[in-house]
Amino acid sequence: MDNKRVTELERIANDIRTEVVKSIYRARSGHLGGSLSATDLLTALYFEKMRLKPEEPDWQGRDRFILSKGHAGPALYATLAMRGYFPVKELETLRKIGSKLSGHPACFKTPGVEMTSGSLGHGLSVGLGMRLAGRAKGEDYRVFVLLGDGEIQEGQVWEAAMAAAQFKINNLIAIVDYNRVQLDGTVDEIMEVEPLADKWRAFNWEVLQADGHNLNEILPALDQAIERSQQGPVVIIARTVKGKGVSFMEGKADWHGKVPTEEEFRQALAELDRQDGVS
Amino acid sequence: MSEKKLVAQRDAYGLALVELGKVNPNVAVLDADVSKSTKTVHFAQEFPKRFFNFGIAEQNMMAAAAGMAKSGMIPFVNTFSFLATYRAADQLRSSVVYPKANVKIAATYGGLSDSFDGPTHQSIADLSMVRALPGLTVVVPADAVEVEKALPVLANYNGPVWFRLSRNPSPVIYGDDYEFTIGKASILQEGPDLTLISIGTMLGRVMEAAELLRKEGLKPTVMSISTLKPLDQESILAAARKTGALVTVEEHTILGGLGAAVCETVADQYPTPVKRVGIPDTFADTGPYEELLDRYGLSVQDIVKAAKEAHALKK
Repeated sequence: MDNKRVTELERIANDIRTEVVKSIYRARSGHLGGSLSATDLLTALYFEKMRLKPEEPDWQGRDRFILSKGHAGPALYATLAMRGYFPVKELETLRKIGSKLSGHPACFKTPGVEMTSGSLGHGLSVGLGMRLAGRAKGEDYRVFVLLGDGEIQEGQVWEAAMAAAQFKINNLIAIVDYNRVQLDGTVDEIMEVEPLADKWRAFNWEVLQADGHNLNEILPALDQAIERSQQGPVVIIARTVKGKGVSFMEGKADWHGKVPTEEEFRQALAELDRQDGVS
Repeated sequence: MSEKKLVAQRDAYGLALVELGKVNPNVAVLDADVSKSTKTVHFAQEFPKRFFNFGIAEQNMMAAAAGMAKSGMIPFVNTFSFLATYRAADQLRSSVVYPKANVKIAATYGGLSDSFDGPTHQSIADLSMVRALPGLTVVVPADAVEVEKALPVLANYNGPVWFRLSRNPSPVIYGDDYEFTIGKASILQEGPDLTLISIGTMLGRVMEAAELLRKEGLKPTVMSISTLKPLDQESILAAARKTGALVTVEEHTILGGLGAAVCETVADQYPTPVKRVGIPDTFADTGPYEELLDRYGLSVQDIVKAAKEAHALKK
């Protein structure tokens, strides 16, 4: 990966962060922390690795992405808008009545949203189903599922993990947005998920790890995951920071679902503006 | 009714599913380690590549079905009704019904039909739950013939469907010429005095009750509702206008099921006396199926008694 492209992608990620902060500030509700932690992963997928045709959202050969941690919807919406699925201006309608952009993603409302999510723990099962259908029909599209680290406390995730290995499913890649913070506090305070890599390995998954904010790590990890997923299910544990990109939000459980004040909003935008193209 | 032929709906379903698999290559069958009970074992033998055993993990099965549906297959999810409806309730609601996934849920062992396994395995509060989900089609066939006839229709309908099957042999009511239509009630007998509205396999008992009533000089209309949702309100209101008294009969708690649906309909549009026959607000017991039905509010005499009471309330 040449440095120029990485820099471009970093700039896109920064723009997505800015749109996320704006849309949640305008909506007066939404989940900033988990949206900002997922942004670089979304950028790598939608702007570099996934096979897509934004002008034809239902193109049969497309790779699928499922935002299992549906509360990061604002990050997915901003990514889809910037990728050309719908006008960026529509991000202003987040969480408004009649908007395409529901509080959590709804597949029949928003172009590019593959599956409705919001109730945690469902996405890996849905992704597994998509691949079971793909394999039965001889179609090789890949399915990427983004999971929250708090989310994997849901038992259903492990039902799905067990089944994916049992079915020796191919082209299924899970990514854990491992920001170590959930709504009520840090993961270790609330319900520890470590040893996480061992857990996935014990379920017969191939485990990769990466810094979820460093595109020089994310992109090769995705390449490797795509290749290894020919043999069976692969998970990338992506170490991230909740609220990444806005200093006073980083690592803070408070910013799971809090809306910034006007002053905080201005400060957040100023910080993101300074980072644009610098990182 | 003499010479009753008895067939278990689950047996009819298992065979009908194989036939469906032959004509529709997109049909997939999902089970949760109960394929010998649900009778999907036949499909599994015939089409092993389209059969998926998810083990004892119904939540994963339900949401995976949604993913399959979103990728162009027609998944049939199979397990006991209490598991399909309660264990996997959120998966049904959030990943199947709300996103309008084209998933068919075969909720077997409905009502008291898993009689010997007791209240943990019986499903007496499933209809009330699924009926409340916006956009879910809810079908409760009356006999084995209706199961066979309904299956291809449900497969061709694009949208989520929950349908209930009985474990045990029940009377075959319909002939081979029966045609199933989603959302359409059947009238089996016409009479001016009151209407007995049945759902599911209680139709056999309702027909017996109708015969007894006729001997006593009351001529009932007998209606079978096999689609609880969307409800055939037109037929119910027509029966209310024509006969002036209604009795609902369901293998379900009297709360929230057919009785409630009929009461809501007439209360809103044509107030009419209704008597609800069903399981009182209680869990049942372990024991022989027919005896449990008799003991928990669903004897033929219970229906006859309710019919007389409803008739007496007629204005």
